[in-house]
Amino acid sequence: MEFWLAQTLNGLSFGALLFLLASGLSLIFGLMRIVNIAHGSYYLLGAYIALSVVKATHSFILALVAAAAGVGGVGFVMQRVFLARFYRQTLAQVLLTMGFSFVFADVALLVWGGDPQRLPTPSLLARSVPIGPVFFPAYRAVMIVVGAAVALLLWLVLEKTRIGATLRAAVDDQEMARGLGIDVGPLLTGMFALGAALAGIGGVMGAPFLGAYPGADSDVLPLAFAVVIIGGLGSLKGAVVGSALVGILDNFGKALFPELSYFTLFVPMAIILAVRPTGLFGRA
Amino acid sequence: MASRGRMAWLVAGLVALVVLPRVVPVYFTHLLILTLLYGLAAISLDLLLGYTGLTSFGHAAYFGMGAYAVGVLTLRFHMPMLPAMGVGILAAGVLAVLFGLLATRATQVYFIIITLALGMGLWGLAYRLVSLTGGDNGLPGIPPLDLGFGWPLRDAVALYYVVLTVVAATVGGLYRLVHSPFGLTLRGIRESESRMRVLGYNTWLHKYVAFVIAGTAGGVAGVLYAAYNGFVSPPDLHLAASAEEVLMVILGGAGTLFGPLVGAGLVVFLRNLVSAYTQRWMLILGGIFIFTVLYAPQGVLGALQALLTRRRLGRVVSPGLPSADVQANPVAGAGERT
Repeated sequence: MEFWLAQTLNGLSFGALLFLLASGLSLIFGLMRIVNIAHGSYYLLGAYIALSVVKATHSFILALVAAAAGVGGVGFVMQRVFLARFYRQTLAQVLLTMGFSFVFADVALLVWGGDPQRLPTPSLLARSVPIGPVFFPAYRAVMIVVGAAVALLLWLVLEKTRIGATLRAAVDDQEMARGLGIDVGPLLTGMFALGAALAGIGGVMGAPFLGAYPGADSDVLPLAFAVVIIGGLGSLKGAVVGSALVGILDNFGKALFPELSYFTLFVPMAIILAVRPTGLFGRA
Repeated sequence: MASRGRMAWLVAGLVALVVLPRVVPVYFTHLLILTLLYGLAAISLDLLLGYTGLTSFGHAAYFGMGAYAVGVLTLRFHMPMLPAMGVGILAAGVLAVLFGLLATRATQVYFIIITLALGMGLWGLAYRLVSLTGGDNGLPGIPPLDLGFGWPLRDAVALYYVVLTVVAATVGGLYRLVHSPFGLTLRGIRESESRMRVLGYNTWLHKYVAFVIAGTAGGVAGVLYAAYNGFVSPPDLHLAASAEEVLMVILGGAGTLFGPLVGAGLVVFLRNLVSAYTQRWMLILGGIFIFTVLYAPQGVLGALQALLTRRRLGRVVSPGLPSADVQANPVAGAGERT
């Protein structure tokens, strides 16, 4: 019993991390139809920026802010300068983001070296809290809370604010939104930068227990893709459900079948694809 | 159909491929073998990307499946080389049968992320299933090809000709395929799937069959690679390898079948040249991706051709970006340039 509870909680905390990646990926896709292969790089860059900031200032909060701002800025430039020129040209955009992911990976290798590094867990959270019969690391518990908070915030912004309404309008029918006088351009850039920043925050959050190492970008990217395939592209609800599912499945896969661990979560993905090609909450 | 000019280029290229290993240093012969192997993988991908309009970002999976099957069968189960290679091609085909069922029902963008995720799933298997695949260390010591003629197939030139024969035969088959009514239907699907469906074609079945053929041909390249290289490891089927294959197709010109071979040559030779001077190959590779999209979206040959045309006509003929949806027509006329 303890085993199942502990592993489920572990999975949920990993799911919260995946949500930070997948929500941005999914919303960017919904708005711009961009398959962003560089999204894993944002995660990697976030983790590395946090390493440097923590080394210099010993402040985890500052690291979060710096990573979000830095990676958000990278996303801003990428969308504004490069991707916007290739609106709706799927192949050109995918190749561009692929190119950037190679560039970012090599720059990170150059700047931060090839050895795996770990961000120290913030001292305030470096302990365990009792949840039912199990003692659970406080840091991982906070991650679940952060993931849920971000999901709630995104939902509130999208559903309850004016900017959210214009965003949804742009997702549903961009032509019409333009026709109604909505300036879609900055909206797209803003959404892209926000998605990048979220992935950067994900990198910081993940660094204390997954570490930062070359290849972390392409390790985590397929998981984020699996989330949006399961949940449905462009759907926030799908990203929430998908993240939790993939996080938990990945964790049980690691605990029960270590040799198949990475592979296990592609099995449910395949099953869902076979039954619902557009994912649980996706629209065709 | 190919015009006379294009036919002349093909014959010249084939003659060059036959003669080259006789005149260049053996080091270049090794690079040529790699060009042929990656070239075949890229050509098989072109069947999907260029001819059918399906951008797969997981095509290295079939190359890797073929190579890994050979490695596992010969090293773990002591199967002789030739049957292992046959089973390897079959394994790649079966993988394509399975993955194709999941991927080909999806629309464009979904197709990209599904193939990417499935490909990386297989990578995860190669990486973690240590008891079978050796994990991160890969499978060293795969025996060389033995055709039973007493040929020293460790010898690069002899091996080169074996590889050339198999690659030429496979590409010849693919050439026949894309110029058959089936191939024309694929191009129709690329231009407008809905229209083809209305005309009564079973577009899904065409896409699916193309997917399986492409995967199987990728497997042919993979089993040859295992025999040549004697070693297979997870990077061989990583996302980066799949992306490189896509780049080879784009560089050589999507929908030109032989172009990707040129693209593969460019990447193979450039990587060797670059790694002699610097370790920053990834940076340069990323730069090539970005540069290609910005300045040579129709590939190196396409860009050259546009440049020549412009010079000959003495006026500006924009080589520009295809204005239409690139996903529906990644080559914007390159396929029609006969």
